[in-house]
Amino acid sequence: MKLVVAYIQPHKLKDVKHTLYKAQVYKMSVTNALGCGEQHGYEESYRGIKFEVNLLKKIRLEIAVNEDFVEKTVNAIIEGAKTNQIGDGKIFVLDLPECIRIRTGEKGKKAIG
Amino acid sequence: MEIGNTTDFTQGLNTVWVLLGAFLVFFMQAGFGMVEAGFIRAKNTCNILTKNFLDFCMASLGFFLIGYALMFGNGNGFTGLKGWCLFGLDPIANGIPLYAFWLFQAAFCGAAATIVAGGMAERMRFPAYLIYSFLISAFIYPVVGHWIWGGGWLSKMGFADFAGSTVVHTVGGFAALVGTSMLKPREGKYAIDGKSNVIAGHNIPLASLGVFILWLGWFGFNASSTLSVGNGSLIGRIAINTNLAAAIGGIVAMATVWKRFGKPDLSMAMNGALAGLVAITAPCAYVEPWAALVIGATAGYIVIRGVELIDKLQIDDPVGAFPVHGICGIWGTLCIGIFGKASLGLANNGFVYGGNPMQLGIQIVGSVSTIAFVVVSMSIVFKLIDLAVGLRIDREEELKGLDIGEHGMEAYGGFQIFSTM
Repeated sequence: MKLVVAYIQPHKLKDVKHTLYKAQVYKMSVTNALGCGEQHGYEESYRGIKFEVNLLKKIRLEIAVNEDFVEKTVNAIIEGAKTNQIGDGKIFVLDLPECIRIRTGEKGKKAIG
Repeated sequence: MEIGNTTDFTQGLNTVWVLLGAFLVFFMQAGFGMVEAGFIRAKNTCNILTKNFLDFCMASLGFFLIGYALMFGNGNGFTGLKGWCLFGLDPIANGIPLYAFWLFQAAFCGAAATIVAGGMAERMRFPAYLIYSFLISAFIYPVVGHWIWGGGWLSKMGFADFAGSTVVHTVGGFAALVGTSMLKPREGKYAIDGKSNVIAGHNIPLASLGVFILWLGWFGFNASSTLSVGNGSLIGRIAINTNLAAAIGGIVAMATVWKRFGKPDLSMAMNGALAGLVAITAPCAYVEPWAALVIGATAGYIVIRGVELIDKLQIDDPVGAFPVHGICGIWGTLCIGIFGKASLGLANNGFVYGGNPMQLGIQIVGSVSTIAFVVVSMSIVFKLIDLAVGLRIDREEELKGLDIGEHGMEAYGGFQIFSTM
């Protein structure tokens, strides 16, 4: 089992949800996040004083999948989030030792699916 | 204690009345600002409020330098040509001091200009808006105003528009329609398969405060358009008609939306009250209260179907500026020809009193010619602005929000506003 974690541009969430849906990945968790990477911030000014906004708004996606779905999920996220510009985001794939469905107590592969 | 003669006293009283109206209509600017801010997304709020604020400043300037002369100066049937910067005019206009009359009219001009901000919200460049707001208040609005209120060809024909369903609302509404069609829909509003997406407003409390401010301001808009207090019977009738049309407009709009979509949507109910107010603006002095109820109720229904219609045509009007002001402006204008009464000061009886279609015919001519003029002239104005400075912001800025892109600041500093739209 793997946990796919992706940071994407907020306005690309809709596209990514669409591509994931096409890849038959229907489950995900979404949280708001702040972060910075290669994309530098932007400048704001308030009453004549300028300041740099360095941490940008991002969306964090978490999707727990079985091994045979890892490739599909990652490709779907790339397809949906890619604009070829700095700031498109990153995907991390982590090992997931255990997964338990609270309602039934099922564990492992069954609990994910 | 000595008071002046009764003529002085009457003029003083009328001046206070008109200035009170001017102040109320000025405050409608705040109402428009709150409605529009509430109905759009948080990331564009600073931008829409800056537009609302600056367009009144621009309208005041444009209407002082050029607009008033075109609207009320002596000239021909098409336009006035005298009184640039109010120079060389009689210090008394319509029985009250010129300056008081000017302020009242300038506030109306600002209202027409600001209607457009809502229709073109969330994607129009700020410099383009500044230029637009000066041009509409210096040229477009005053020309139509001259036809109807300044002794121009429509007023000679017997066309009636008591407080401005055509002069203010049809002009503003159709200018908004032209602008929003030229701008194209907001990013993400319509899916590739044509499906319409919801881009929900970010602050319904703010929008409902705005509607109440507008409703309050409308009492000044309509009742002070008498320009005199008289014995109080006319302003009393106008006030009750204004209130009844708004109230039933809200009820009918809510009932319509409840029946069609299953839930009483507050934003649509509020649009219905505004629709009733727009529709009663022209006939408010010439109709009985029962007719005000009919006019407001029909407007409340029309506005809902209007919102649905333009959405189907994929015209993206974020706050419903065109259905409320454009469509209901026409409806209110025609209602004079249907429900108007000659005994209440109209040239001819309306259709329901004796079946004579004369007045209705004149109202149709006035409405159609105003629409034609506004559509043609605003198309030219927006096209020229587009060529000169660009009408629409680029995609990246639209996604990030106009607050950051145009003004470099946020409406809700210190809050994290997340938007995935």
